[in-house]
Amino acid sequence: MKRNLLPILTVTLAIIVMWYLACIPMNAVLTTPKIAAAGGGLANTLAYSWNEVRPVLPSPHQVAREIWNTVFAVAPWTIKSLVYHLWITLSSTLVGFIMGGLLGILLAISIVHTASLEKSLMPWVIASQTIPILAIAPMLIVVLGKTGLPDIFTKASISTYLCFFPVTIGMVKGLRSPDVMQQDLMRTYNANAAQTLWKLRLPASLPFLFASLKVSVAIALTGAIVAELPTGAVAGIGARLLNGSYYGNTLQIWAALFVAAFAAAMMVWLLSELEKQSLKRMGAKP
Amino acid sequence: MTENVIEARNLGLSFETQDGPVQALSEIGLSVLEGEFISLIGPSGCGKTTLLRAIANLETPTSGSLTVNGMSAEAARLARAYGYVFQAPALLPWRSVKDNVKLPLEIMGLDDVAGRVSRNLALVKLNGFEQKFPWQLSGGMQQRVSIARALAFDPKLLLMDEPFGALDEIVRDKLNQQLLELWARTKKTVVFVTHSIPEAVFLSTKIVVMSPRPGRIIDVIDVDLPSERKLEIRETSAFLKIAHRVREDLKSGHSYED
Repeated sequence: MKRNLLPILTVTLAIIVMWYLACIPMNAVLTTPKIAAAGGGLANTLAYSWNEVRPVLPSPHQVAREIWNTVFAVAPWTIKSLVYHLWITLSSTLVGFIMGGLLGILLAISIVHTASLEKSLMPWVIASQTIPILAIAPMLIVVLGKTGLPDIFTKASISTYLCFFPVTIGMVKGLRSPDVMQQDLMRTYNANAAQTLWKLRLPASLPFLFASLKVSVAIALTGAIVAELPTGAVAGIGARLLNGSYYGNTLQIWAALFVAAFAAAMMVWLLSELEKQSLKRMGAKP
Repeated sequence: MTENVIEARNLGLSFETQDGPVQALSEIGLSVLEGEFISLIGPSGCGKTTLLRAIANLETPTSGSLTVNGMSAEAARLARAYGYVFQAPALLPWRSVKDNVKLPLEIMGLDDVAGRVSRNLALVKLNGFEQKFPWQLSGGMQQRVSIARALAFDPKLLLMDEPFGALDEIVRDKLNQQLLELWARTKKTVVFVTHSIPEAVFLSTKIVVMSPRPGRIIDVIDVDLPSERKLEIRETSAFLKIAHRVREDLKSGHSYED
């Protein structure tokens, strides 16, 4: 752990330094007259570049302060709280992730068991991912909105659409990972397809599943945010981004982005822990 | 009266490859009686594994007839007539030793699971290792688990495809002796594929010598050694005489020349 800490800190520090430096030219359009009026000099340049009230690029400590103000300094269940907005987005992320995960697994199981499905279904699965999500999200949301489903499912459908794909690809590979000998073994027992799936293919595919889920959960969050954009949602991380860009409030955008990134990292971390625990119970070499 | 457990008549099997059909087996005639220990020996490509897999209904012969326990090979497989031991242990890495032996019992829905598992692990001298996972065992121990697994549902016929081929000679000697004891106690019919002459002579009641291109049987040798065999028997003249005949057969098959 200690050995890992140094490189991580070094990279983090380098990013922060570059960020602070970038603030100077990025905000120049706003700050140049103010710096000149204050008499110029390095101290004034830094002071104005890093503390502009409505900056083009906010400095790290401004973003940190904005996060503090909107996460810790307000009541959590109000419209001003990022926690509230994060929860709105996260709940549809999770619904979409679970639906997408299940859909991905079901598709993979069908593809592995039916040779014709691989040829007939796989092209559609791949084609679905070549369409830019920004193009299809408004249509999906309008169409699903007419069905009278609860809003959360409408939003979650975008996450589902994005995150079934890595699961399908990973699980097809995982379900096919048992070697010929293990498959022959099941044949000598006259095991039926369900038994082979349950006792051989599914356990063997678990490492592949976790790898796919980690990719999926992160893009499920992206999907949920994208789904909030065309609906003109009033709550959620996407709504914060939209709102921030309407009013030129970059601080709000950056704070929302960081909180979303943190949430994604936490979900990936949770999945890694779950993976470790389940592989340990399956007798993996420590 | 003993009856033929395996009966092959004029059996042929060819594979379609990119360079045209390959005759893996040609005009195979073989009878295996109940309680016999048969070794199939020959160089790589002689079809010994293919013949074993045909008996197990893992390959389908293209001509001739083959019966196992008086029925077609497929019917025998569906009736779970045999236990199969592969070249590698093929254990499921996420299952403990005990659960690996349990696997066929779960699939076949048999009762007395705990009793069968402990009896068969005792048979391969692996009691006390029930909770271990495959990676914690040596190669020889893993292969013994796979033998216990093949015996778990008590098939009368045991098909073994070079089970000790990947092990070193010291371990192999030991397992050969254990296999003989196991065979004497369980009275199984065994078909054993090997490319080791001493192993074949030491274990078998009958040795079937095969030759490649096309895969065929060139000699069947009855091994008239006493059924109680210790490793020292390999120094006796009777043993060496049989080993010599196997070697001469293999040589006459031009098996290593082309």
